[in-house]
Amino acid sequence: MYMLKLIFRNAFRHKLRTCLTILGITIAILAFGILRTLVNAWYSGVEASSSARLITRNAISLVFSLPLSYKEKIRGIPGVKNVSYAIWFNGTYISEKNFIPNFAIDPKTFLELYPEYTLPEDQKVAFFRDRMAAVAGRKVAERFSWKIGDTIPLKGTNFPGTWNFILRGIYHGAEKSTDETQLFFHWDYLNESLKKTTPNRADQVGIYIIGITNPNLAPEVSEAVDKTFKNSLAETMTETEKAFQLSFVSMTEAIVTVIQLVSFMVIIIIIAVVANTMVMTARERIGEYAIMKTLGFGGWHLAILIFGESLFITMVGCTLGILLTFPSAKIFGAKIGAYFPVFHVSTNTIFLDIGAAILVSLIAAIFPTWHAVKIRVAEGLRRIG
Amino acid sequence: MKDTKQPIVEIRNLSKSYHRGAEIIPVLENISFDIPEGEFLALMGPSGSGKSTLLNLIAGIDKADSGTIQVSGLDITSLTETDLTRWRAVNVGFIFQFYNLIPVLTAFENVELPLLLTWLSRKERWEHVEAALHMVNLADRMDHYPGQLSGGQQQRVAIARAIVTDPTILVADEPTGDLDRTSAEDILGLMAILNREFGKTIIMVTHDPHAAEKAHIIRRLEKGILNVHA
Repeated sequence: MYMLKLIFRNAFRHKLRTCLTILGITIAILAFGILRTLVNAWYSGVEASSSARLITRNAISLVFSLPLSYKEKIRGIPGVKNVSYAIWFNGTYISEKNFIPNFAIDPKTFLELYPEYTLPEDQKVAFFRDRMAAVAGRKVAERFSWKIGDTIPLKGTNFPGTWNFILRGIYHGAEKSTDETQLFFHWDYLNESLKKTTPNRADQVGIYIIGITNPNLAPEVSEAVDKTFKNSLAETMTETEKAFQLSFVSMTEAIVTVIQLVSFMVIIIIIAVVANTMVMTARERIGEYAIMKTLGFGGWHLAILIFGESLFITMVGCTLGILLTFPSAKIFGAKIGAYFPVFHVSTNTIFLDIGAAILVSLIAAIFPTWHAVKIRVAEGLRRIG
Repeated sequence: MKDTKQPIVEIRNLSKSYHRGAEIIPVLENISFDIPEGEFLALMGPSGSGKSTLLNLIAGIDKADSGTIQVSGLDITSLTETDLTRWRAVNVGFIFQFYNLIPVLTAFENVELPLLLTWLSRKERWEHVEAALHMVNLADRMDHYPGQLSGGQQQRVAIARAIVTDPTILVADEPTGDLDRTSAEDILGLMAILNREFGKTIIMVTHDPHAAEKAHIIRRLEKGILNVHA
């Protein structure tokens, strides 16, 4: 108790210096937390992927499509439970800044494969019944204040023209990591139009989504699918949904690496700031440490005092930083929600914040403690007066 | 009568030098003398004569180059740093020129500090601290911080801290050097009481001949060499 009291009082001996150090740690932990959340957001698609789903795409590139006729062949492969398909529509809502991920899908099979997109039964039925129907995620509906029954015009980029959809449902994510920013509509609606305007692009899909009976069969089923279409006009590449999502992340891996580096740089900078405070503190008190040694206190007592003070200051800053991370992440997430559909502070990030703060406090206290413990009593006493 | 007392401190052939780069500066040269138990001894001499160094060696806060110091029969020059720290906590009370109190602790807490190294209960510690502060007439200021006390009062708190563990030896390095005449008289009077009534052996370094008059024995150091003036 006595040592805790001394640590607490020592910490606030120079109130301004301590407050500025705490402010620095708070900002650093806040920045670290936001950057870690950003990295997690980058990988949110990977996190949300299922091990029971495979993705089949054109072996040349995702840009090239696959024939619809593959569907039945894939369904016949052992280990395949159900098959769906989708195509990236890339439509723009009003202006380009209103980015919405939008896909043409086969509604029934798609929603069977993605039970995490939860729709009320009546909305689901309405979606299935109407070919012009679309469903949107909760976040995107809130963002544009869409209501059921609204007409949503999308300006096609990959498929020219203006496409009007009727909003028949708003889905919610079953998990925190579920993307609620997408818009889905009937592939049939798109295909019928293509048959009239550009028949050579009709009856094509972007990807097949394959539900498998057992996640352990993923390698065998993937191989079997690709083998089936070997030497065809559109050879396939099948991989787990996780690998498929990772391939997107790997395209921007350099950016993620830079963000991670910056987050660690923030910690290194704050180590220097706290170490500077602790070195100044210990230098000012070297006479007091000599007095304590004179009275019979050992090196361990001094180490407890210095490490304790460093830990106390750092943890106050860390706590404030963590508390500020939540509202900051909410504001940040709202601003960039279109690009990062899942932007929430994870428990893992909080543990990383605490771990980083403890590391900072320990590293910052090493040199001052070593100096205080090593200094000879007579030499320390000479510095007084 | 004083000559018949057993020596509590026996110093033999003690030498100490400091190093400044390659240069060796001798501070104490082949010093030998005894301090009888219960005596009040003053160490005098000009600045740089080695008196504070000698005091530090006797108190076990510095190491000699050669020679021995026996305190109550124990050769403290042979102790390790850890053992010396433990020995100091039990046997020596320190009074410094600049009081050296911890500014963030109250008078009570400063006096309590050395007792944290003992097995005393909180209640026992409280009793010891109160008794020590009573002895220095500062019981009514126990909740004051050093910054709220005068120099003389701070030095009295330092004396209470020095005696609270009931050490056999009190070492004082210029205890009146930072005080006005009246406060200095108070402190010297208090030290005389501790010596006379509580039998404490006091070793005091001072420049001040008036302060030295309170001592029973005066030892004078000149350039590291000891002269004896009883």
